[in-house]
Amino acid sequence: MKEKLVLIGNGMAGVRTLEEVLKLAPEKYDITVFGAEPFGNYNRILLSPLLAKEKKLDDIMLNDLQWYSDNGITLHAGKKIVQIHRGKRFVKADDGTVVQYDRMILATGSNPFILPIPGANLPGVITFRDIHDVNAMLEAAQKYRDAVVIGGGLLGLEAAYGLRNHGMDVTVVHLLDSLMERQLDKPASGLLKRALEEKGLKFALQAQTAEIVGDARVTGVKFKDGREIPADIVVMAVGIRPNIELAKSAGLHCQRGIVINDTTQTFDPRIYAVGECVEHRGNTYGLVAPLFDMAKVCANHLAQLGYARYQGSAISTKLKVTGIDLFSAGDFNGDETTEDIVMQDAGRGVYKKLVIKDNKIKGAVMYGDTMDGSWYFQLLREGTDISAMREQLMFGQAHLGDSGHGGASSVSTMSDKTEICGCNGVCKGDIVKAITTKGLFTLDDVRSHTKASSSCGSCTGLVEQILASTLGGDYSTTPKEKPMCKCTDHTHEAVRKAIKDKHLTSIPQAMQYLEWRTPDGCHSCRPALNYYLISTWPGEAADDPQSRFINERAHANIQKDGTYSVVPRMWGGLTNPKELRAIADVADKFNIPTVKVTGGQRIDLLGVKKEDLPAVWFDLNQAGMVSGHAYGKSLRTVKTCVGSEWCRFGTQDSTGLGVQLERITWGSWMPHKFKMAVSGCPRNCAEATIKDFGVVCVDSGYELHVGGNGGVKIRATDLLCKVTSEAEAIEYGCAFVQLYREEAHYLERTAPWIERIGLGYIKERIVDDVKNRKALHERFMESQKYFQKDPWAERAAEGIEKHEFTPLKQVV
Amino acid sequence: MTDWIEIGTLDDIPKLGARVVKTSNGDIAVFRTADDNVFALDDRCPHKGGPLSQGIVHGGRVTCPLHNWQIELNSGGAVAPDIGATGCYAVQVDKGVILLNPVKRRS
Repeated sequence: MKEKLVLIGNGMAGVRTLEEVLKLAPEKYDITVFGAEPFGNYNRILLSPLLAKEKKLDDIMLNDLQWYSDNGITLHAGKKIVQIHRGKRFVKADDGTVVQYDRMILATGSNPFILPIPGANLPGVITFRDIHDVNAMLEAAQKYRDAVVIGGGLLGLEAAYGLRNHGMDVTVVHLLDSLMERQLDKPASGLLKRALEEKGLKFALQAQTAEIVGDARVTGVKFKDGREIPADIVVMAVGIRPNIELAKSAGLHCQRGIVINDTTQTFDPRIYAVGECVEHRGNTYGLVAPLFDMAKVCANHLAQLGYARYQGSAISTKLKVTGIDLFSAGDFNGDETTEDIVMQDAGRGVYKKLVIKDNKIKGAVMYGDTMDGSWYFQLLREGTDISAMREQLMFGQAHLGDSGHGGASSVSTMSDKTEICGCNGVCKGDIVKAITTKGLFTLDDVRSHTKASSSCGSCTGLVEQILASTLGGDYSTTPKEKPMCKCTDHTHEAVRKAIKDKHLTSIPQAMQYLEWRTPDGCHSCRPALNYYLISTWPGEAADDPQSRFINERAHANIQKDGTYSVVPRMWGGLTNPKELRAIADVADKFNIPTVKVTGGQRIDLLGVKKEDLPAVWFDLNQAGMVSGHAYGKSLRTVKTCVGSEWCRFGTQDSTGLGVQLERITWGSWMPHKFKMAVSGCPRNCAEATIKDFGVVCVDSGYELHVGGNGGVKIRATDLLCKVTSEAEAIEYGCAFVQLYREEAHYLERTAPWIERIGLGYIKERIVDDVKNRKALHERFMESQKYFQKDPWAERAAEGIEKHEFTPLKQVV
Repeated sequence: MTDWIEIGTLDDIPKLGARVVKTSNGDIAVFRTADDNVFALDDRCPHKGGPLSQGIVHGGRVTCPLHNWQIELNSGGAVAPDIGATGCYAVQVDKGVILLNPVKRRS
């Protein structure tokens, strides 16, 4: 028989937990839900847009009643639990309903805090917590004129803005001298106040409410200093208190909230608690992202997987007021041990501040331009060392240009028709609509529903910003420890470590050891696993062709019509009449429609039929050419200029060095494609400073540059170091390649890899530690023994993988 | 009422792989899963016509090599949230020999 799981509290945290449980163990529990409100589960974050009439009730439902019945869940909507009997393990509702439980989730949420002042219970005094409150406000806005909102925090300002939108005359009363003091520092708070005043809100700051005045109904608010202002409705938004009454009455240990441990269990191990009602390591949370973190952990234990731990959440905040971009995270005030980097442009209404300690971001406040909020938040959560990028940090992640978005940085002012994803033609309006109507919370959700940000990824920042501005700070940011894909909970690092430590040498072995959830993975994890295996155990782990993307299986580039393109290698961009004749002959012989010069100094033959590939390769092989790997996550080209051999400015033999580098590194598989270049002088005609590894020759030697990118997002390289001989340049280059091969995530280019781990670390491993550099170089050369084979020759002359290139059968 | 056509043996298709049968009505992709089930679909993704035979096979699905749409091997239907379906053919395996019925079951 199934075990009985009872959820008390039909809100976002509790239902999210159920969704996670259903994903992990759909058959394990017989589930019953009790909720005090007579609805399904709705998106509480969107109450503000509901009030502002930007959304309708249907738009903010996350789980309608149909969802509960589809999943076999018994929902008691509108019934309040009045008793938990832990001894006999049952709960009792106010209408007498009794349900037994084996496990329970408490998700009772929080209650708005009501100031203990005279008049607080007069009709017309409301809070801002649920649909009922929104209806009360909407009703009041029809009949009355004067509204007072007590509380100048996030919720209070959103309520005030909503009421103002309905034409009310709104005054915000705040005890302190600056608004949103828990999320903003003083300068940002000042900018916010000015912007809200322009929208017609009035403020009474440093004002302590003494009494709410009125007889049958509220008529005004009186302050301690004796002043009184008129009010037809008063909204109390001074804070929330975890709702712990029920837990307390059941004898569960509570402090400010219901105390839970890292497995989200209360002091009664059969009872879990998640959401705003809990206290974890002394913290309570009122935003959705942490609640979802807890939900994941709770579900993991309810499904008896038993390895997830909740360790607290870093939180960020955004205000959901149309036309105001505001972001804050972490400790944004700082103290005497921290440093500030501040940028202020009053004319543009832009203010940014970063709080730094020990070269790490501790907090951030941004006003006006919040484009980089999610990036700073990521750096904050990951504790990235920012010393190498400190100079540019303030200008944002896109300071070197973000192709395709025209420098757009503020989504709230964009029209719905602004195109966000240039690859898939997705506009802002499409994304907002998908988020609200389909109840999306994460970047992955948006990607799968709209396709935005799912191709080249350059609009990811904008999409995250739209998520944030639609959902407020409550959207779930990509967790710090991101699982490799949906088939597993393990991170890239954990998978790699297991493959190395446990000497795993095949995909089935790795999947078994790491308890993969799917029998044979998916298109995303299999190529990654295959790469990790063959790069960790070269010559020992067998390459699995079925786990390679088609390009690496067919050793050519698939085109939109299913034909392929063929790019023979031209060492350092050098070619000769014999090679060119062979290419011309091949193009004639196989009717190849397009011949094009590539950006990597070689020649591309486009439109080759798959069946013709081995024969095309055979002819190219005969002329001495091998695969250019233009299709692979591998070494692509080494671009060169003519250097000292011909150029009147050339300082070193850049062409010769480029050829050597390519001869040594070709054929190596990498986490992603890898490009090199060697320029003969600082004029840098080979564009070495936008390559993964670039050499710029100077009179006294060779500057080595790493982590550049000229594609999706332009990034100039970082200078690794300067060396004096070709041999050193090669040794450092190979060591860098090997470090990247061993430590970057699959499908992570060197540019984001370096931004993630910091240049300092790479210098440490390659420049400072001679022994380590030599060891990396040696491991690379060892690996090359196995991989430096021409895949074309193996297939054209030796007939390897013949089935790949021939039809199974021709049926007339 | 068309007859079943013998198209090859199970061993001709790698596990988690696919091969193409060329017909006068276009290519048919024949897939083999990890547990040796065989499926046949039109070799055209409902999205932009990508050759499904070139995709990565996982579980009972194939991922199109062009834009990563996932297609159910048993029905030819796209996995939600994507919408669409490609033609689908009956296949049987008899003592290691694969037989295909070239009459489309559904498209």
